[in-house]
Amino acid sequence: MSDFVQTLRLWFAPQRVRDEGETPDYRFSLANERTFLAWLRTALALVGGGFAVAQFLPDLRWGVRVGLALALLAAGVLCSLRAVNHWVRCERAMRRGEDLPGSRFPAVLSLAVAGVALTMVVLVVFGWAGR
Amino acid sequence: MTAAGDVRDPGLQPERTRLAWRRTTLSCTVVAVLAVKLTVSDEIGAKELTGLALSALVWVAFLAVSHRRIRSLGTARPLPLSHRGALLAAMCTIALAVFGAALIW
Repeated sequence: MSDFVQTLRLWFAPQRVRDEGETPDYRFSLANERTFLAWLRTALALVGGGFAVAQFLPDLRWGVRVGLALALLAAGVLCSLRAVNHWVRCERAMRRGEDLPGSRFPAVLSLAVAGVALTMVVLVVFGWAGR
Repeated sequence: MTAAGDVRDPGLQPERTRLAWRRTTLSCTVVAVLAVKLTVSDEIGAKELTGLALSALVWVAFLAVSHRRIRSLGTARPLPLSHRGALLAAMCTIALAVFGAALIW
């Protein structure tokens, strides 16, 4: 946990990242930036999915609809926070010449998305059966 | 890998990064439009106008961050992304999600 707090401090202290190690080849920094942007787009897609569930599925019960939408929005928020965190950690690792940090987040996110997709399948199938 | 002097980067990394920023801006636009659609219903009151204004503000903020970064990528040896830029871009995403959650609730 203290490790997490330390990385959190790095978010707001660019000087401390810059003081460490040597500046890597700018191409590596740009690749790291593109990865950050790709994660940010994933986060935006999750937020957009949440909006779409809230707007375009009026037949669902209120609780289910709002629950699904809020879950997607929360996943979007988590994903964008994690994007910044991972970007900072990769930047620091490259400056120090260490291995890039590993992460469980992609696995967790894909499980969550699979869960949402399964819920939607079940809802659609039962929705048709109920008609 | 050695610094290649004045040789142009054959991988076109700055160009690819610029395009990544453009794609991300486009995604942000789509989400902002969805947020506006969520806000605007039959009647427009104070709450709807506030949501509309905030969504527009977030979109403009993201556009500004992305535009600054795209311009700074035009140099021969671009500097890495600033922490402020990364945090602002992430904050815009989070702000849109929070507005949406407030509207849906």
